[in-house]
Amino acid sequence: MKTEASVPSRRGAEQGGEPTILVTGLCGRLGRRVVRRLHRDFRIVGIDRRPFPDRPRDVKLLQFDLRRKKTKDVFRAENVQAVVHLGVLHNLRDSAEMHHEWNVVGFQKLLEYAAAFRVPKVVVLSSANVYGPRPDNPQFLAEENPLLGGASFSEIRDLIEVDMLAQSFFWRHPETETVILRPVHILGSVRNAASNYLRLRTTPTVMGFDPMVQVVHEDDVVQAIERALIPGLRGIFNVAGPPPLPLSHLLRMLKRTRVPVPYPLLRSTLDRMFRLHLSSFPSPELDHIRYVCMVDDSRAREQLGYAPLRGIEETVFSVEEGRWW
Amino acid sequence: MRTTQALATLSRVARRDAIPLAQRLLSSIEARAEDAWRALVGREIEERLTRVSLTSGSQVDPFGLDLAWGKYALAAVAFLHRRYFRTRVYGLENVPDGRVLLIANHSGQVPIDGAMIGASLFFDREPPRVVRSMVEKWTQTLPFVSVLFQRVGQVVGVPENARRLLHNGEAVLVFPEGARGISKPFSQRYRLTEFGLGFLRLALETNTPIVPVAVVGAEEQYINVANLTSMANLVGMPTFPVVPQWFIPGLQLPLPTRYHIHFGKPIFFEGDPDDDDAVIEEKVWVVKSTIQEMVNVGLKARKSLFF
Repeated sequence: MKTEASVPSRRGAEQGGEPTILVTGLCGRLGRRVVRRLHRDFRIVGIDRRPFPDRPRDVKLLQFDLRRKKTKDVFRAENVQAVVHLGVLHNLRDSAEMHHEWNVVGFQKLLEYAAAFRVPKVVVLSSANVYGPRPDNPQFLAEENPLLGGASFSEIRDLIEVDMLAQSFFWRHPETETVILRPVHILGSVRNAASNYLRLRTTPTVMGFDPMVQVVHEDDVVQAIERALIPGLRGIFNVAGPPPLPLSHLLRMLKRTRVPVPYPLLRSTLDRMFRLHLSSFPSPELDHIRYVCMVDDSRAREQLGYAPLRGIEETVFSVEEGRWW
Repeated sequence: MRTTQALATLSRVARRDAIPLAQRLLSSIEARAEDAWRALVGREIEERLTRVSLTSGSQVDPFGLDLAWGKYALAAVAFLHRRYFRTRVYGLENVPDGRVLLIANHSGQVPIDGAMIGASLFFDREPPRVVRSMVEKWTQTLPFVSVLFQRVGQVVGVPENARRLLHNGEAVLVFPEGARGISKPFSQRYRLTEFGLGFLRLALETNTPIVPVAVVGAEEQYINVANLTSMANLVGMPTFPVVPQWFIPGLQLPLPTRYHIHFGKPIFFEGDPDDDDAVIEEKVWVVKSTIQEMVNVGLKARKSLFF
C-alpha cells in the first residue's frame, strides 16, 4: 500500500484538467464502437499501437505500446477519472510469452498507475470464456463460479490471469470502483472466434452435440461498458444477450449448411489445419460447440440496469457486417 | 491444372447435385417418419404437448428442452411405457402441481426407470407434467445422448440447476443413489444403496415437498452379475456392469418385465439446509426407508414378473 506522502502529484487533476476516460485497445472493432459512444459525453484519451484513421476528432489517440513508460505520463498529464481496459491480445499465432508480456505485464502496469494516481473507476472487459465450456457446468454460471477455462485450453490462461488481477485489484483498492464485465460470445463486426465461426458459409459442427448458446450484440456490450462507468457501481458482472438457443437454431437462422463431423476427426483435422494456417480456430475451442458455457446475468440486470436491446435475429445477423471476404 | 479442374468440377457436382439430393432424401425420410409416428401414437402426444405448461414461452426452454424436437423420442417412450413394459402407475394423485422433488430408487443398468417415471407423469397424469431429471455429467460427453437428454428435459445434476428448476415450479426427479444404484448386481436387487444428501438440503432450502417414488420391475430387465471397477476407470464410465445377455444376439433389449411405479404421499421437511451431515442424514433416512418400504410392499403385491 502506498502511503499518502508517496502519492505522485496529479498535475492534470490539480490543474482541474477536463475529466478524462482512458481507453486502452480502442482501435479494435469493439473499441471503436465504445469510443464512438462515449466521446459524446466524456473526453477520451486512448492508448493503442494501431491506427484509428476515421476516429472522432475530439478523441486523442496516443499511438504507443501500453507497456511503455509514456503510459505513466498520460496519468500524470491528464485528469484520468476512469480507465476502460479493452486492450487484450488473443491471437494464437503469437507466442505464449508475447501474450503474457502484453496481457498480464501490461495490465499490471496499468493497474499500478491507476492505484498510484487514485483513479476512481477501472472497467475491465473480461469474458465468459474464463469459466470454460465443460460437461459439468451448471446451465447458468454465476459470477462466483470458479474460472476453469484454462483446464482444457491452456492458451487462455493469460486472459484468466487478467480477470484474477482485476479481482485482486478490486479487493486491494477499495478507493477505486473496479468493474469486471464477463460478456458471452460477442457478435457483430468483431473478429472473434464466435463471429468468425458464424460467418463460415459451410459450418462444421460436432456430430451428436448441439449445446445451448448465448450470444450478445457488440452494441449491447458497449451499453454494459457505458453503464459500468456510472459512479457508485462496482463488482463482477456477467453480460448476456437475448435468451439462449441451441447452436443449430442460430445456424439455421443464418441458413448455413451444417456439416456434422465426429469429434475426434474434427479435432485432428482442425489441429492439422491450424498448424498449416488453413484455419484460425484452435481445436480446444471446439468445446464451445460441444458443451455449455452460459451465464446468469441477473446481477448486471439488477445492479447495472443492463438489458440487451438487440433481439436474437439482429444479433446473429450482425456477423455479416463484419464479413471481409 | 487438370487436377484442380477436376476438383472444381467435383465440388460443383457435390454442391449442385449431391447436397440437394441428400436433402430431398432426408426430407422424404422425415415425412415417412412423421407418418409412422402418427400411426404409432395417434394424436395423443400432440394433444398432450399443447397442454403441458412450459415455464418459458419460447420453443426451446433455457435448459434445452424442446418436446416438439423430441417427439419421436416421446413416441418411443410411449411405446415402452404402454406396450413393452406395460407400466402400472399407482398414487399419481400424490404428485402436486407446483414445484416438487421426486425421489426414486434407481435400478436396471440402463436408466429406463427415469424415462418411465417421466412417461407416467406425461401420459397418465391430468394435467400432464414434464419431469426434469438430474443426470450424471458424464452423459453430456456422449454424442447424440447429450442432445437427446437435453431436448427431452434432462439436466446436468448440479445443485444450481435443480435450484433454478424448482424456483420455476418444475417437477425435478433425483436418484440419490446415482450410479451406485443403477448398476447393482442382481443379488442386491431391490436393496437401496447409500443415498446422497444433496437433495434434502435442496428441499429444505427451497421448501419443496418430496414425493417418494418406488419403481418395481426394473431390476429384472437386465441381469447384472458383476461390476468391473478397473474397466470403468479405463473407459471413463461411472460403472462397468457385466450383463451376460448383452453378449447373446437379440437379447440386447431389456427383458419385457412389467413396471410398477408407486408414487407416495408428499413428505415435508423443515430445518436448516446447512445443518451437519448427521442431522441431514436422519431426514434422508426417513425418505430412504419410506421408499424401501414402498418397494417391499410393491414386491409383495406383484403377482408375476412379466404379467
